[in-house]
Amino acid sequence: MGPGKSRYRERPVGVKILADTVHENAALKTGTLFGADELVINMGPQHPSTHGVLRVKLKLDGERVVGSECVIGYLHRGVEKIAENRTYQQFAPYVDRMDYVAAVSNGLGYCEAVEKLLVVEAPPRARVIRTILTELQRIASHLLWLGTHALDIGALTPLFYCMREREEILKIFEKYCGARLTTHAFRIGGLQYEAYDNLEKDVERFCKDFEGRIQEYSDLLTGNSIWIGRTRNVGLLNSADCIALGASGPVLRASGVKWDLRKAMPYAAYDQYKFEIPVGTRGDTYDRYMVRIEEMRQSRLICLQAIENIPAGPIMARVGKVLKPPVGEVYHAIESPKGILGYYILSDGSTQPYRIRIRPPSFINLQALDKMIRGHLVTDVVAIIGTLDIVLGEVDR
Amino acid sequence: MADESKAPQSPESSQPEVTGSSPAQSAAGASPSSPAKTAAPAPLQVPLNNELSGRYRERFGAVILDAIEDRKQSILIVDAAQLLEIACYSRDEEKFDLLEDYTAVDWPRREKRFDLVAQLYSFTHNTRLRLKIPLGFDEQPDTIVPIWPAANWLEREIFDLFGIAFRGHPNLKRILLPDEWQGHPLRKDYDILQQDTAWVRENLGIESGQ
Repeated sequence: MGPGKSRYRERPVGVKILADTVHENAALKTGTLFGADELVINMGPQHPSTHGVLRVKLKLDGERVVGSECVIGYLHRGVEKIAENRTYQQFAPYVDRMDYVAAVSNGLGYCEAVEKLLVVEAPPRARVIRTILTELQRIASHLLWLGTHALDIGALTPLFYCMREREEILKIFEKYCGARLTTHAFRIGGLQYEAYDNLEKDVERFCKDFEGRIQEYSDLLTGNSIWIGRTRNVGLLNSADCIALGASGPVLRASGVKWDLRKAMPYAAYDQYKFEIPVGTRGDTYDRYMVRIEEMRQSRLICLQAIENIPAGPIMARVGKVLKPPVGEVYHAIESPKGILGYYILSDGSTQPYRIRIRPPSFINLQALDKMIRGHLVTDVVAIIGTLDIVLGEVDR
Repeated sequence: MADESKAPQSPESSQPEVTGSSPAQSAAGASPSSPAKTAAPAPLQVPLNNELSGRYRERFGAVILDAIEDRKQSILIVDAAQLLEIACYSRDEEKFDLLEDYTAVDWPRREKRFDLVAQLYSFTHNTRLRLKIPLGFDEQPDTIVPIWPAANWLEREIFDLFGIAFRGHPNLKRILLPDEWQGHPLRKDYDILQQDTAWVRENLGIESGQ
């Protein structure tokens, strides 16, 4: 079945025509019944498909969205204020609790930003191990996204497969640092823990298995006509809009912009590895799905390259026990699974940061929601919230 | 004008002295032990004198109050009065098409109390530029939403947490905190234990959220 031609997509159009006829007839007869009144309904904050406490006020014309407003802040904890009242090391665990399904990526960005502020570089061994764990985290984050996104749309099965694979990654994290979710895996200046004995073997085994597993998900979804019907041409966002709205990560790449911070401004050890940046062409929900699937494949390749040659040597740079970065400021951003995750840190020379600003990719990507859902049906709103891959812990901070 | 606003930029102006006074920490990366080297490393902040800052200065003159390079990152300190023109020029002429981040910093003891900080990125040149806009208390900067729509929520967040109102913003209201909340938590005079107790009592039915 060709994209965009499925029966599923055509049905709503038919409904619309019927509804319009009813409107016209009714308006002719009574002038009030079924008038063109718009209806405002609340979606969330306790709605399973909003992936947390997101509330969207939808303005509807029948089933069709004509406007929307996001109400956020239910999870606001004042992370940036907390940062000003903690030392640099004390704040590190807090960043794990922003995007809690990709805690390792958050930690990497924070540690590297503080290292830049200190003018310190993590040793090569630490950088490679960081890269491996961060790429595993990207796979884990994308897996959780894929499972829940498919679940939202009505495909139950992928969730169980995705959770199974994610579990393998979490087990590696647990073996490495003792935690599964909020890992606090890295330290400012490098790593606290040396890699455990069989880390390479575990990662290799996972990567070997994972190749076939991705194919399984693809078989379940990629050519599935219901999946295509629900995602093709849904939530279109072109590249110009993406850039204007600041949307980044897979959302930007799916609209055709071949740009990834790992290539554009390499950090950790990404400059040593070969990988491709997958891009889409239309910028719809299906393209974003394909981009993330391909990103998992690329992350797997990065992990395989990285475990082949983990340099020996120290895992911590020489940083003092008390960190007092020289006065000044730094902005450092990484490509987190969700998009550009930036840290802007201002030091006044004391042990506590004067100001830390976190550029949350989910928050800024969510801004595009209004543009993406206009003209779509309420059921598509579920698909579009899912495709943005937001984590409310990061949106609200 | 330039001198006036340069003086309160305390971190930049007092930089060499502080670096020298904390050698153990600042030299942690370069040289942990030898005292001879603590004097030697190049200062982290230097005046920015590249083609980019030259073009800005040529175009805007005294509106560019200062240009600094801190840890190899370019910073332009610009006057709030011509924020829109500078933003427009940055996007159209210098190709800084992505507003990566927009935030504020509070300097309560400074004459111009706030700094707006915009992180710009150019896909064409793969470079970043930071614009800092000093603002007096109660001064209202122009919104940059017409230039970069991404600024919409970011300005609302600044309004919410710092209390800076943007002139011409399409929908300026709180975004993270409840609409009726009193106070702006990221200001330095807002204590970490402080909260709007009246709001908490009224809406949550408890004495304190702590």
